[in-house]
Amino acid sequence: MQAFAALLDALSFQPARNAKLRLIETYLREVPDPDRGWGLAALTGGLDFPAAKPALLRGFGEDRIGPELFHLSYDYVGDLAETLALIWETDCAAGPPPTLGEVVDTLQRASRSETPGILKRWLDALDATGRWALLKLLPGALRVGVSARLAKQAVANIGNKPVDAVEEIWHGLTPPYRPLFDWLLHDAPRPSSNAGGAFLPPMLANPIEQGELGALEPAHFRAEWKWDGIRVQVAASGGVKRLYSRAGEDISGAFPDIVEAIDFDGVLDGELLVRREETVAPFNDLQQRLNRKAVTLRMLADHPAHVRLYDVLRLDGEDLRALPFDQRRARLEAWMALKPRQRFDLSPLVTFRDWAHLAELREGTTGDGIEGLMLKRADSAYLAGRPKGPWLKWKRDPMLVDCVLMYAQRGHGKRSSFYSDFTFGCWREVERRRELAPVGKAYFGFTDEELRWLDKWVRDHTTNRFGPVREVLPDLVLEIAFDGIARSTRHKSGVAMRFPRINRIRTDKPAAEADTVDNLLKLAARAAIDPS
Amino acid sequence: MATDSLNPRSWLYPTPRGLYCEPGGFYVDPAVAVDRAVITHGHGDHARPGHRAALATPETLAIMRARFEGMPDTAQQSLKYSETVRLGEVEVRLAPAGHILGSAQAVLTWRGQRIVVSGDFKRRPDPTCPPFEPVPCDVFITEATFALPVFHHPSDAGEIGKLLRSITTFPERTHLVGVYALGKCQRVIRLLRAAGYDKRIWLHGALVSLCRLYQEHGIDLGDVAPASEAILETFRGAIVLCPPGAIADRWSRRFAEPISAVCSGWMGVRARARQRGAELPLVISDHADWPELSQTLKDVGAPKVWVTHGREEALVFHARSLGIEAEALHLGGRDEEDG
Ligand SMILES: [Zn+2]
Ligand SMILES: [Zn+2]
Repeated sequence: MQAFAALLDALSFQPARNAKLRLIETYLREVPDPDRGWGLAALTGGLDFPAAKPALLRGFGEDRIGPELFHLSYDYVGDLAETLALIWETDCAAGPPPTLGEVVDTLQRASRSETPGILKRWLDALDATGRWALLKLLPGALRVGVSARLAKQAVANIGNKPVDAVEEIWHGLTPPYRPLFDWLLHDAPRPSSNAGGAFLPPMLANPIEQGELGALEPAHFRAEWKWDGIRVQVAASGGVKRLYSRAGEDISGAFPDIVEAIDFDGVLDGELLVRREETVAPFNDLQQRLNRKAVTLRMLADHPAHVRLYDVLRLDGEDLRALPFDQRRARLEAWMALKPRQRFDLSPLVTFRDWAHLAELREGTTGDGIEGLMLKRADSAYLAGRPKGPWLKWKRDPMLVDCVLMYAQRGHGKRSSFYSDFTFGCWREVERRRELAPVGKAYFGFTDEELRWLDKWVRDHTTNRFGPVREVLPDLVLEIAFDGIARSTRHKSGVAMRFPRINRIRTDKPAAEADTVDNLLKLAARAAIDPS
Repeated sequence: MATDSLNPRSWLYPTPRGLYCEPGGFYVDPAVAVDRAVITHGHGDHARPGHRAALATPETLAIMRARFEGMPDTAQQSLKYSETVRLGEVEVRLAPAGHILGSAQAVLTWRGQRIVVSGDFKRRPDPTCPPFEPVPCDVFITEATFALPVFHHPSDAGEIGKLLRSITTFPERTHLVGVYALGKCQRVIRLLRAAGYDKRIWLHGALVSLCRLYQEHGIDLGDVAPASEAILETFRGAIVLCPPGAIADRWSRRFAEPISAVCSGWMGVRARARQRGAELPLVISDHADWPELSQTLKDVGAPKVWVTHGREEALVFHARSLGIEAEALHLGGRDEEDG
């Protein structure tokens, strides 16, 4: 348990991806089975302790040091699990601290009435970091800034394997993953990927670079609309039906309507959308479905999900990935023609004469349903990862607005001495006074040289400091590019941008002439209108 | 030993300039320059420049001379631990406080009543100063920097172990360790040496003179050198000590992918560690934690405790639950110290 606690502790303070990977790899190499496997399960969200819910901890603290001191402590720390971990004193007589395996094993079997006693015994035996880690483990979600994908990347790294090789077999594995570690560290055979509903690593596209198109032969490519939804994989075999995100995260739970409509054996690639009648709803509607663990009936009715298919990887046990795109497409079309399907349709091919014609078609689209175009070589096999050449994405030109820099925050890792996270705002009128309202945050889009310039500007124009954040004079206009915009009740300004980035620093423009929140709301209203 | 009729607040009480001892005619750790001061230790919120006369341990006076240029000899009155001197009608002794080099508690006796002003103190061993001496007294004035039950400082050796382990995990990265220039810096160096780390330890310019002063007082810091004198490649995998503020400063850009460690008692609370931007928070404190504060109240056995300098509320509550007559004593001029 101490090694796992030390790992969580270090991860929770480490913002940089590479450093996180190094910490997880070191843990997985140094800690023996089965504890390392349980640690991996905790990081990938594979543990659940139905009887040990955080509500059990209520009362622990007051019993321990009395209500007055406990409330003063809780007020100061602000987090219940952390407060408990800190006020509890280690009892040397409590024996050795439990191993992670012991914790997992015991909690999975303990009843609701046994659990508090067990927890107290462990709290006595552990040190403060160990107690904190134990209490973090109970709700199942660790929240130490590690995605399942990152943890899998670390696993792959310790065996010098690509992450997709781990991803492919992942859904056939169960904690504590002994065959996985035997394969990665001890040359045992690779575990089989035959488990039902296994995820196959998807093929990704590269953005088209300036001028690249001219060198390509239009006849070698097929074009599809790039839909503004979420790339998903529908995988069904051996009676197991699943919906995965592009990163291999199982999102079936949030989309029972899709899972229910699966009546086939195969692996399909497509775009997840919310669709009402023939209309694709704004991305925001889809996001509302995504963020929910349990879906209400009302949500299912108001925000019906739909998958627009564009590729097939496996059908009735046959692996089609080595076939060229045209042949896979023909198989997909023939299969779709077999019978009408609820919740699935085919993303049409866009026919075009030459690049100029295609550019014209691309210009002709507006609104939130379409993000741009995908170009796929007619002879391309389906390859995992992001191979250079066969698939290209050609996004619509970004939207631009002029905003005023309001706050800057220090970055992390290499950027930790630079102010590199920028909050910007637009003007609005409140009680006949003009004020800036924050509308978004950007931390990329600039060159290293521009970053140095921005950092100096921030330091020279600071008016206020809050920890790592500086408030600056509202004097600098930034041209912000973004890919989409929608109304949002969760943002103070009422709008949310997709992928905002700093396009240009507009030292030439007076701050008073920057855009207004009203303008942004108009853009959002226009984006919400269906394109088709 | 106390005369029950004597109210301690009649001869030692807070004023806007600081804690004033009337029959002695002196202030203890005053917030502004005064005619006569007794100084517990060299930290900036206790030792201030410009007193016409200052009484302190020889080590504290040396620290004050290093910090305040042109302190006249006539202004300094040196008093070793265990020696006694009379100021006005009051007998003054300085007892070790275990906080930093030269740190002392002011033990004041008048008409048979004894008040101990602890200044800042801690109870765990510190290789750079003698340990805290519990002095039985009628009134104990205690600091309360970490006076909440959430503060249980872990073992120093364990925290230093975290730093050494991080260097093994990230051997190519410079470890920037934020430390308070007086006391924490030198203690961390001694702890690293005790853990077997014998490589050169690099110092930010602001730490150099106080390290030299500690060395002159016989505290062996091993191989230390200013970080300005070397090229970038030297710092890969090295430990560089600096004031906490320098980590976010342009100064830190000279290092390759630095990892920022911060040594302070505040690092025990995650939100505080994050606020400081620490990637490697190390809970190493020169102040007593909650169990040490509680133990000290029992050790000195004072029937009255005045609590100052931090989170008074919890400690007053706790002292009263131990049957001690406790109250908060509000003194101006104290910043939240680095801890
Ligand atoms: Zn101090
Ligand atoms: Zn102090």
